[in-house]
Amino acid sequence: MRPGLGLLLFAAAATASAQDARALQARSLAASCAACHGTLGHGVDGATVPPLAGRPAAQIVEQFKALRSGARSATVMAQIAKGYSDAQIEAIATLLAAEKP
Amino acid sequence: MMQRRQWIFGAAALAAGCATPLPTRARVLVVGGGFGGATAAKYLRLFSDQTLDVVLVEPEEAFVSCPLSNLVLGGSRTLADITTPYTALERRHGVRIVRDRVARIDAERKQAVLASGPSIGYDKLLLAPGVDLIWDSIEGLRAAHDEGRVLQAWKAGPETLALRRQLEAMPDGGVFAISIPEVPYRCPPGPYERACQVAAYFKQAKPRSKVLVFDANPDITSKPALFKKVFAEDYAGIVDYRPQHKTVAVDARRGLIKFEVQEDARADVLNLLPSQRAGALAVDSGLANAGGNRWVGVNWLDFSATAAVAGKDIHVVGDSILAASAMPKSGHMANAHGKVAAAAIVAELMGWPVDPAPMLSNTCYSFVDAKRVMHVASVHAYVEAEKTFRTVAGSGGLSPAPNELEATYAWNWARTIWADMLA
Repeated sequence: MRPGLGLLLFAAAATASAQDARALQARSLAASCAACHGTLGHGVDGATVPPLAGRPAAQIVEQFKALRSGARSATVMAQIAKGYSDAQIEAIATLLAAEKP
Repeated sequence: MMQRRQWIFGAAALAAGCATPLPTRARVLVVGGGFGGATAAKYLRLFSDQTLDVVLVEPEEAFVSCPLSNLVLGGSRTLADITTPYTALERRHGVRIVRDRVARIDAERKQAVLASGPSIGYDKLLLAPGVDLIWDSIEGLRAAHDEGRVLQAWKAGPETLALRRQLEAMPDGGVFAISIPEVPYRCPPGPYERACQVAAYFKQAKPRSKVLVFDANPDITSKPALFKKVFAEDYAGIVDYRPQHKTVAVDARRGLIKFEVQEDARADVLNLLPSQRAGALAVDSGLANAGGNRWVGVNWLDFSATAAVAGKDIHVVGDSILAASAMPKSGHMANAHGKVAAAAIVAELMGWPVDPAPMLSNTCYSFVDAKRVMHVASVHAYVEAEKTFRTVAGSGGLSPAPNELEATYAWNWARTIWADMLA
């Protein structure tokens, strides 16, 4: 094998694993929500907190930011929202939006 | 969808007409099916897209939740309300469950030896052994417990019911005493919630009775202002809270509690909680190297144990680790540990970089009676410069006061987190 091609393949594999690693990190981050909102945003029957699976990402981000700024009030979520950055909530919203409701 | 592996196991078991054979190896072996271990087992399957085989060793047939178990003591709920079977973890997620205990770990050969004799090999071991009670920290307690006179009920189950029966049998005008060990212990608000639950029961059924709270700590260790207000406003004349009372001995026959400093106290129903430490398996395996050798030190990015004996392949989550600053020993926190550890283990086995910035969050609800609840919440981020988790500035907080709305949220939380770990 020519050295150039080997390097190229190595770089491609590294890129793929970096992507896989980032995808896993997003899944891990979104799993934080699951304790109260259900695994991957699928709530239990008769859930009293908003379901998240399949909601449009923009809507999740908007609600989250409203909770964080205090524009929308809530018992617990307004306090939790203040712990997460814009980038984090966007990664979470993208993942949950892709779920079937 | 049925996993191929399960189908093969199932077919083999049918053909042989006997129980499923015990696995001899696992990519990841999880020990302990509580909030930390069960969550980790499920999320190891999810995060690996069902490619890793995961075995969970757990002796019980069903999970009984410690959170909300104080409601069983208060009488508004039954043990069945807080019990969830392990079956879905196996059926839906393909976690192989072995109903047994791990007697010891052979870290060098990467094997766990089961109490029943056989060994299971592993590439990665994840321990979630919870806490053990240090009986010797209160003289006479072990014998008093074994005689059934002084119960702890700090792991929910039959002992919760036995303590409830003691409360029911106690005549009106009697005294219930709970003693709280110095921090750290499992579930910081738990003892105060329990005092409220017992007081609520007395107020309604035995109004001349008292609740004595003897706390080894200088103040209430969780939600202090809220609990003090509840004690003063809802349970005046019933709850008597006494800080800086360190229980050192018990005379169960005479109902006497002895303290390091103060005069003895007498009670009819004694609920003495001794000091706690990491579960025996972690201690016996040489992993409890932190907090006076009572707790397991971990590397916070992947929850690998820091003890040299662990190598790189023993991970520990939940109440048995030495917590980071302001990190409670709670079921919610153990659930969060389980997910971060699962993601890190998947990354390590795949040869990917481990998440450099994991997050943890926590919400603890306390019932002050059957209908009103107050919470404490926090968010914790990994800080690379300090190599530990810190609460995110400005995040988290408390309820302004106990309220009925949050009781619906507390039940929603419980049902959801039980499903998140087991369904």
